Amino acid sequence: MFYLVPRNEIPLSFRITIPIISVVLTIICGFFIFSVLGYEPDKALYHFFISPLSRVDKIADLFVKACPLMIIGTGLVLCFRANIWNIGAEGQLIMGAIFAGALALYFPNTQSIWLLPFMAILAFLGGAFWALIPALLKIKLRTNEILVTLMLTYVASLFLDWLVRGPWRSPTSFGFPLTAYYPDVGLISKIYFPGIGYISQLHWGVIMAILICLFCWFTMEKTIFGFQFKLIGDSPKALRFSGFNESNTTLSIFIISGGLAGLAGMIEVSANIGQLQPNISFGYGFTAIIVAFLARLNPAAVIISALLIALIEVGGDSAQIALAIPKVVTGVFKGILLFFLLAGETLTKYEIKYNFNLQSKTND
Amino acid sequence: MNENKVSSNRNNQIKIKVCMIKKPLLLESRNITKSFGSFIANDQINFDIFEGEIHGLLGENGAGKSTFVKMVYGLLEPSEGAFFWNSKKISIKGPQEARNIGIGMVFQHFTLFPTLTVIENIQLALSEKISSPELRETIIKKSAEFGITVDPDIYVRDLSVGEQQRVEVLRCLLQNPKLLIMDEPTSVLTPQESEQLFRVLKKLSKTGCSILFISHKLREVKELTQRATILRRGCVIDTVASSEVSTEQLAKMMVGSDPQNVKPKSVVNSDDYLVRISGLNRPADNPFAAPLEDISLSVKAGQIIGVAGIAGNGQSELMEALTGEWRSTATVDVFNAFGTDIRNYSAHERRQLGIGFLPEERHGHSAVTNMKLTENTLLTHHNNPVIQKFAIVQNETLENLTDEIVHNFDVRTPFQNPLASSLSGGNLQKFVVGREIIKKPRVFFVAQPTWGVDIGATKFIRNALIDLANNGCGIIVISQDLEELFELSDEICVLFRGKLSESMPLKELDSEKIGMLMGGEFSPHFQRGQ
Repeated sequence: MFYLVPRNEIPLSFRITIPIISVVLTIICGFFIFSVLGYEPDKALYHFFISPLSRVDKIADLFVKACPLMIIGTGLVLCFRANIWNIGAEGQLIMGAIFAGALALYFPNTQSIWLLPFMAILAFLGGAFWALIPALLKIKLRTNEILVTLMLTYVASLFLDWLVRGPWRSPTSFGFPLTAYYPDVGLISKIYFPGIGYISQLHWGVIMAILICLFCWFTMEKTIFGFQFKLIGDSPKALRFSGFNESNTTLSIFIISGGLAGLAGMIEVSANIGQLQPNISFGYGFTAIIVAFLARLNPAAVIISALLIALIEVGGDSAQIALAIPKVVTGVFKGILLFFLLAGETLTKYEIKYNFNLQSKTND
Repeated sequence: MNENKVSSNRNNQIKIKVCMIKKPLLLESRNITKSFGSFIANDQINFDIFEGEIHGLLGENGAGKSTFVKMVYGLLEPSEGAFFWNSKKISIKGPQEARNIGIGMVFQHFTLFPTLTVIENIQLALSEKISSPELRETIIKKSAEFGITVDPDIYVRDLSVGEQQRVEVLRCLLQNPKLLIMDEPTSVLTPQESEQLFRVLKKLSKTGCSILFISHKLREVKELTQRATILRRGCVIDTVASSEVSTEQLAKMMVGSDPQNVKPKSVVNSDDYLVRISGLNRPADNPFAAPLEDISLSVKAGQIIGVAGIAGNGQSELMEALTGEWRSTATVDVFNAFGTDIRNYSAHERRQLGIGFLPEERHGHSAVTNMKLTENTLLTHHNNPVIQKFAIVQNETLENLTDEIVHNFDVRTPFQNPLASSLSGGNLQKFVVGREIIKKPRVFFVAQPTWGVDIGATKFIRNALIDLANNGCGIIVISQDLEELFELSDEICVLFRGKLSESMPLKELDSEKIGMLMGGEFSPHFQRGQ
């Protein structure tokens, strides 16, 4: 039998070479697949990997795309470290956007610079509120948070749908399911670089996202709260022995991850859309799950993994547009890349051993 | 009286010698070696057992007893060497094959289904299908033959631990074994239940069945077995006729040196109670828990109170009530520490008052095995202002404190600050005990401080506890190890089915009296139950 044995020490050379090997293998595989399907492999790979990185403004777009993934992903890292499976970040994102949107739409003519901070606070509360439901159900009734968070995603999504088609629809939207535009003070501005000007869509939300990731990393690694989160994930019994309150810890994790997802929703709308519409997220809440795991549940590494996922997404779009490669093929290619990255990750952490003694399947 | 004993011993010796000459060899092991990686668990074991012999296998925790019998029962494969059964070389591929050639084994932890009846449990284990009425008859016949009284139609969950063990033995007997292996069978029994078991085993050996009796209790081995083989660190030290050696000699062979005694405990000269508990009730929160009823327990400065009892009589429930992991103001009358009502104090708040505690389970309760030692230190030191400033963990001081624990308590680590899982049981236990003692608690609650710990670490930990008490700390030790309680305690009380006996000074107690208490002799349950 083959089995995996954790490595005691991971040599630095492994950490560097294995990801490179993973990428090389992906390229070889991609080369093969694209050729078989009749696309020019060199061009396809160019659009996937090189084109999104070829110009400063395109790189800026990667950051914009990665922004919500960073914020949600870092919140999910806290969850998953604590062994709490919140997979409804998508719903929390929508709820955050709705809460923030309510404020923006209620003051359509305000000039106050306080609008944006309050929208951010409300967005956090909205997302936290949506995560609080599964949290309380889990603590009080021991329901499974995977189911509840997932189902609440659809509730939130349909609620938004109803709002923008019904009570919140703008009279000037020509019948489209859109709300009115937010007032200008409710929008997140782009970053102005002196001497250069704006770089594509790069906005202040991206800076905030990176700061949030770093802050979460600090919390996780250096503070007693992070210790609690890890502890509840490793051993709830030890958490109780240690004197922390299990319910409070669980609650705060849900609140933080839900709140961050809500914040991501508000930033996405205020920076890129400017109004509410039926679809405000492109599955960011779900993609962030991959981002969290790709970052090996390290809140700071989320920055890198979110950018990587953004690269694949943007590269896929670019290949689709330039070479008319069908979406499913780009999907397959994304899958291959993730496969090699995760396999490489596993091989970094574990070594494969072969056991000749078949008797190890003891009945003891 | 003494003379009688001596003469009967002589008779026994003569009998044994006769047996030894007459009876043929049943099982023989030649140079059996078992290694796990670089660790040699069994080194060149030479061992034999005659037909109808009761043979003791004696050794400390970790001496390699279990590894050896697992090889006999086919659960492990020897790295080198061979077994001979009736002088024929055999290799036992698995438990099924072991049973087929006539080896039965009763494990330390029972393998019965509590929700099934005795007869159903036995039926499940048999290789060929026998109809229930026929089986019932066989069971009744067999149990009468060996004096094992057990009702075949009773549910296993309603049986006491001793009775469950008898069902296990019975189940083995139905397969007509030639060799019965008993792995630490008395660790879960009261002294009286052990007596009963010994009677059954002696009867069984008279019918020609050999018994391999594994234990670390010297007295039992001397009382029950004809010969004993002593294992130490995976090697056979000697095989002796049990009646020809004293328990002291056995102990010396088992431990390797004169058993180092634990420090003397100084006399308690304080009258004020540090902790007072009375009227502690705790309803069972699941079908497998023992409800606690009207428990009173107090400890003075410098005093060690031992709580004896067989596992599953409410020890873990009591420990949770002591630590504050479970707490209630509604069902507890008094729980004071240093004059403060702490009924509703969390573990955290109790620690703040200067109470230390250490639950039985190392893995995932008192320590987290896949965290580093520093993080395990943080587990109970997180409120120390030197360790935590504004919620930020001060890594340097934490590392220094961890080093101090490792150094003071002789914790052997493979390298600086490893994961807790890379420490041996004894070292991890020394670490967690040290982690609590270094805080200089005024009161210390500890459960099974030396469970599954090697002899060196055991002595170390017991000495540390005595030092702590001699410096004025009040200690409550919950333990199933009577020897431990006799070494440590000033007073001992017994937990039985969630009720706690009064605590009695050590000099008024002997193991027989404790045994009666452990069987519930003090409790109204006992009257009803029997």
